[in-house]
Amino acid sequence: MAFDEYQKRDFKVIGTTPLRPDGIDKVTGRAQYGADYYLPGMLVGKMLRSPYAHAKIKSIDTSAARAMQGVKAVVTADDFPGTATGETLDVQDHCLARGTALYDGHAVAAVAAIDAETARQALKLIKVDYEVLPHVTSIEDAVKPGAPLVQEGRRGRKVPKQFSDNCTGWCEFGHGDLEAGFAKADKIIERTFKTSSTHQGYIEPHACLASMGSDGRADVWCCTQGHFHVRNLCAQIMDMDQSALRVTASEIGGGFGGKTTVFIEPVALLLSLKAGHPVKVVMSRDEVFKASGPTVASMTDVKIGMTKDGRITAADALIRYEGGAWPNLTIFPGAQSAFACYDLEAVRAQGLNALTNRPLQAAYRAPGAPQSIYAVEAVVDELALELGLDPIDVRLKNAAKKGTKSSYGPTYDDIGLVQLLEAAKAHPHYSAPLGPNQGRGISSGFWFNFGGETCVSLALDFDGSITLVEGNPDIGGSRASMSMMAAEELGIPYEKVRTIVADTASLGHNEVTHGSRVTFAVGLATIKAARAAKTEMCRRAAKIWGIDEDAVVWEDGFAKPAGPNAGEYEPMSIEKIAKDSPRTGGPIVGHHEVTAEGAGVSFGVHICDLEVDPETGFTKILRYTVLQDAGKAIHPQYVEGQLQGGAVQGIGWALNEEYIYGEDGRLQNAGFLDYRIPVASDLPKIDTVILEIPNPGHPYGVRGVGETGIVPPLAAISNAMSHAIGVRMQELPMSPPKVLKAIKNKG
Amino acid sequence: MVKVTVWGSLRSFTDGQAVVEVQADTFKSVLDALAKDYPGLIPQIEAGVSLAIDGRIYKDSWFTPVTPDSEVVLMPLMQGG
Amino acid sequence: MSKLHVTTKINGDTVEYLCDPQESLLDVLRDRLRLTGAKEGCGSGDCGACSVELDGRLVCSCLVLGVEAEGAEINTIEGMATGETLHPLQRKFLEHAALQCGVCTPGILIAAKNLLERNPDPTETEVRYWLAGNLCRCTGYDKIINAVMDAAAEMRGA
Repeated sequence: MAFDEYQKRDFKVIGTTPLRPDGIDKVTGRAQYGADYYLPGMLVGKMLRSPYAHAKIKSIDTSAARAMQGVKAVVTADDFPGTATGETLDVQDHCLARGTALYDGHAVAAVAAIDAETARQALKLIKVDYEVLPHVTSIEDAVKPGAPLVQEGRRGRKVPKQFSDNCTGWCEFGHGDLEAGFAKADKIIERTFKTSSTHQGYIEPHACLASMGSDGRADVWCCTQGHFHVRNLCAQIMDMDQSALRVTASEIGGGFGGKTTVFIEPVALLLSLKAGHPVKVVMSRDEVFKASGPTVASMTDVKIGMTKDGRITAADALIRYEGGAWPNLTIFPGAQSAFACYDLEAVRAQGLNALTNRPLQAAYRAPGAPQSIYAVEAVVDELALELGLDPIDVRLKNAAKKGTKSSYGPTYDDIGLVQLLEAAKAHPHYSAPLGPNQGRGISSGFWFNFGGETCVSLALDFDGSITLVEGNPDIGGSRASMSMMAAEELGIPYEKVRTIVADTASLGHNEVTHGSRVTFAVGLATIKAARAAKTEMCRRAAKIWGIDEDAVVWEDGFAKPAGPNAGEYEPMSIEKIAKDSPRTGGPIVGHHEVTAEGAGVSFGVHICDLEVDPETGFTKILRYTVLQDAGKAIHPQYVEGQLQGGAVQGIGWALNEEYIYGEDGRLQNAGFLDYRIPVASDLPKIDTVILEIPNPGHPYGVRGVGETGIVPPLAAISNAMSHAIGVRMQELPMSPPKVLKAIKNKG
Repeated sequence: MVKVTVWGSLRSFTDGQAVVEVQADTFKSVLDALAKDYPGLIPQIEAGVSLAIDGRIYKDSWFTPVTPDSEVVLMPLMQGG
Repeated sequence: MSKLHVTTKINGDTVEYLCDPQESLLDVLRDRLRLTGAKEGCGSGDCGACSVELDGRLVCSCLVLGVEAEGAEINTIEGMATGETLHPLQRKFLEHAALQCGVCTPGILIAAKNLLERNPDPTETEVRYWLAGNLCRCTGYDKIINAVMDAAAEMRGA
């Protein structure tokens, strides 16, 4: 698999901004999201949830609930077949508690009834005998020896001795001699930073409709970023063959990583099996906050040494993440990303994961990277300030580039960080004047891109139009981008291609829509499927003309003789080849199945200006600029949309969003009123600059863009705040009470 | 022989070495050779690893060739959002 | 508890239904009338995804009881276009890429329509504050504001 994929060319469709194919449905209310499906005989499913952060379930008496009129099934975890193992068993346990409630809001039983009100009343009749146990919800407490134990037997084999048995993971990356490096530094800064758990905040709660028969076959409709993954998880949990379960992905009302696993689908299937009817389960907003997958909370120590002319001589970080009551691996990408923007001789990033009595974390745009990079970029900023150096110059001096040995191991190929920093420095935002109580902050950011299993099928319909079938839920406009790539390859108008996201029974496995992979990997497969179709169409033309296959080429929607020696034939249109296809060999379908590799990495730089009211601590974002390398922007408006959306999520994370737990281990702010995400009046325009340094691993140079945008805002805003009030901020969110406290403590 | 770089917290299973040499010519044979020569790596390999070969990350590509000149770096499996 | 009979007007059509006293208008629209354009994002009036017009007022239908619709005139997203002709706001949202996942879009379109009925020439700040009750997590609001301002200009000019 060589990486000479990328070929520079002039594009006709790529880079334009056609209307999205799901647009009409979405602006008229016709689009069907997870909760918009209804089946005849459908029941409503609801969950009973633990009010305790940690409690043994001594007994559950469901008899009264079962006896209630209108109730068709009542289940607990004992009703699962018991075939799930390993990580899948952890997922199942997170959905429905098995013996112990491990977080406030952990489901302990579920009911299916003829309507919502009956289901709600039935929940009240379920008697649960809890034995309340000690709980732990903060990472600082969880890692200390003697902390309440969340789960037995989960200690990671590499976790150093000084940490508690709640610690399930330990990792370390880096190279070089740290001691020697720090000895060379003129200035060393060492600080600890904290971030709270946040939620992806998608406006659509989790919703699914499951219809399972007593023959072991089932259908599920749900909002998800990966319906094949949903299928495989549920099949294992329900002891079914994967092919016996068909999952259809609805339109999705936001995911951002939070919908890459399951929270309700296995329970819906179980209820449907027991009840003998389809069952719809929709989470309330309260349940979404309490019982889906928020991000890890973090505590990160960073120590960086710098010479007086701005060269980093050594860098060290210890990240501690808590991700709820089951193990997770987010410390790996967190530790790998921490110093990824830098070219360093001596670097180390260590990561420790600890269990807490909280819901199991799920991914959220670039999982692990925002937290670790926030800490690193804050220390780099402080060093620059102390040494009297320009923050961008310092980053340029130490920037990772082609040939740099990354902090996580491999050597970088073509990357765009230097170009981004130079563009940021030259941008008018960077030199705009600032007034009193205002501050400016910048930050670099990094994220990986993924490839993954991908299957695409491109059918030539008899009138020459194209049906493109792919298997990745569309969370950013990818159906339009796929149609554009197919149209570009085939030399036909964009309007002639219709892209649909098919169910799990229609294609081979497709990896979840995550890791900024879709435009890259599904795009790659689409281009190859189109090329396969072109090859076949040329073959048909050659047969019709009676010439060699090699003597036919494809150009702008036509098969043409390759040259004068091939013969004098009128170009044959795609419409003609399509119409004749039944008689020249059969319907023509180009397809491509692959585990895509060769995804590039993605860098971004953000500039933020803000103003603080010193009497209230209230912060207003005045100006925000996102610069990011997209490799090749297939649909520039959609790329802008990703950058703007990611930046605003980062703004919320930096200024307001946090999970607040009480002494009793219960989540106190499980709603949008008190979990405050940015609203339209909080924000200025978000300016975007898209650079294009092509990724050699994709035919058009595409790099994934969806996630990196959330990485720089945390430090950009924290650095801006630190400059505005003259105090180095070390904790997020920087909500008004905390800012006010910092201002008062300084003065 | 191919040189494979192993990340920090795995070096306790490779006698402290950051870089080990194994006899291998494909993605899969690298993993098989590592498992054979350094059995302490087996749990991590079974949990899932990627290989970065000359700067490109491969997740599941058993037959991707690896040459003696290739830079090969063991990487954990990751998830996106 | 017995259901109550309600007669109301939705998108210009007279509609009758039976509902429980504690059912919200949102539940009625979605589960009884199958008008699923209005979405439940929070159930507590914080996100605006369920926005509809009730007698010309912008309301969260999750905070209105189904029985309160008696004798009222309700406009939902399903009534915004006329046949195959989109409302200028709908058209501008598509042109400006003012939606990504689209789940907040029906609520925002209804809210924007209501604003422009009251104030055909709003400033950017006025649009932002009017839409502060409609949460969007995908777009950062940027292109939404552009689309509303552009639609307002077209509607004034046309």
